[in-house]
Amino acid sequence: MNRTDWETVIGLEIHAQLTTRSKIFSGAFTAFGAEPNRQACAIDVALPGTLPVLNRGAVERAIRLGLAIEAEIAERSVFARKNYFYPDLPKGYQISQYELPVVKNGAITVQVGEGDAAYEKTVRITRAHLEEDAGKSLHEDFHGMTGIDLNRAGTPLLEIVSEPDMRSAEEAVAYARALHALVRWIGVCDGNMQEGSFRIDANVSVRPKGETRLGTRREIKNLNSFRFLQQAIDYEVRWQIETLEEGGTVQQATVLFDPERGETRVMRTKENAHDYRYFPDPDLLPLVIDRAWIEEVRASLPELPQALRRRLVEEHGLTRYDANLLTASKELADYYLAAVAAAGPALAKPCANWILGELAAKLNRSGIEIGESPLRPLQLAALVRRVADGTIAHAGAKKVFEALWAGEGEDVDTIIEARGLKQVSDESALEALVDAAIAAHPKSVEEFRAGKEKALNALVGQVMKASRGAANPQRVTELLRRKLTP
Amino acid sequence: MPAIDLDRLAELARIELTAEHTAAFRADLERVLALVDRLQAVDTSGVEPMSHPLDLPQRLREDAVTEADQRDALLALAPAAEHGLYLVPKVIE
Repeated sequence: MNRTDWETVIGLEIHAQLTTRSKIFSGAFTAFGAEPNRQACAIDVALPGTLPVLNRGAVERAIRLGLAIEAEIAERSVFARKNYFYPDLPKGYQISQYELPVVKNGAITVQVGEGDAAYEKTVRITRAHLEEDAGKSLHEDFHGMTGIDLNRAGTPLLEIVSEPDMRSAEEAVAYARALHALVRWIGVCDGNMQEGSFRIDANVSVRPKGETRLGTRREIKNLNSFRFLQQAIDYEVRWQIETLEEGGTVQQATVLFDPERGETRVMRTKENAHDYRYFPDPDLLPLVIDRAWIEEVRASLPELPQALRRRLVEEHGLTRYDANLLTASKELADYYLAAVAAAGPALAKPCANWILGELAAKLNRSGIEIGESPLRPLQLAALVRRVADGTIAHAGAKKVFEALWAGEGEDVDTIIEARGLKQVSDESALEALVDAAIAAHPKSVEEFRAGKEKALNALVGQVMKASRGAANPQRVTELLRRKLTP
Repeated sequence: MPAIDLDRLAELARIELTAEHTAAFRADLERVLALVDRLQAVDTSGVEPMSHPLDLPQRLREDAVTEADQRDALLALAPAAEHGLYLVPKVIE
């Protein structure tokens, strides 16, 4: 069987840390980077007699996410204990949700690939449930002991579980990126992957094309960058196919990705998998969410990416492809909307072109985010307006763009003036330049009259050069043709 | 009644059982399971599972930081602590 006969199946479980100020079940601070155990109160360290009290802010964020993925918000959901022993889990169980999660049956549609090869893919989201994070074990040697920092214990997480709908690493990355953008868009998670605010587990299996049953999956744990997600899945898929083609079998297992070696290795197999013995937590009553609260949260949501995408296509006349690109992050969308608001809706398309073209390339090359762009949306709008009203030609606009980017000026009109970039459309000024070029290049004139079209381009070039790019090339061509054609 | 795997249960609960304990536990657990069997025999089709005996919704707390740093007091309760960390016997999974 050759390699192209295999199909990859991927489902993702993503832990998004919620942006609450306090923990999910206690009033301790959640900020990252504090000294060890300064933010772990009696509840977080599980002192006997303490009881959890659920944070309204965590529930509110779960509702926000649920609405943003067009899911059902459970009217009643239940917290359960997930039992296992580990020193960074002081209660001996994690409070999570099991049979009745707060959010179920959502979906998001993402764009995969670039340019003509791009396509849209809908990924179903089975559920999203609230749970608490564990603490951190430090395995450096403290006289042969392990150090425990419980600052992270009790930090609110939303675990977002997809259906196994993805068929390649590219689709998995596109989905993870879109979800990452979405949680930041609606403000429920800061998305900081270095700090572990957005962690990805990937369930990967392969099966012969045409097979409807799923192959045996292995779960790659704790991927904290999109690049590692891509590399880990690529490696895992290659490994599984090779194993099966050599007549072996894939054992269900949990694996870790080693970025240095670029490979996955087994953490535990199914035989010694945990038996979590879930049961409803008697310390917490069922979480009840009424319609009124859901509607209140809905009213507080910003325009969501999918709605904005539709508006950019229908009202701004952009392609779906461009609309998808511009809604890839809240910051990018905000930038675009600010530019269009200043330039006017009729100039939406050129605004999009500048942002996705020149500006995106610049940002990419300099490795900076749109939010830190030295060129601000209002300046871009002014630039686009000056092209549209004929004040500057495209070549001049590029120069203005460069000047703004380099910080060599603030105001578009001032730059145009100072650098003499104003497009010369004035008939008499143009005529003078055209006449000068004709007089100075008799050879080209001769050739053009002899029927060599190309000679005209040379003359246009001379006029453009003489005007330092400020002449309107179309007008110059027309004038030359008129003067040289008997 | 399914056979009770006491070794597995003891391992999950991280407790060590002596032979004497094992016999006593087995007898206790068999009584518990017999009780569970009686409950299982009841027809519960159409009955919504009850997750809590109280028929009340969970009360929620406003998202505010109300706990001050009490690290030193809490660390003082631990058998071993250093550099602001709780120390436990070395664990490498």
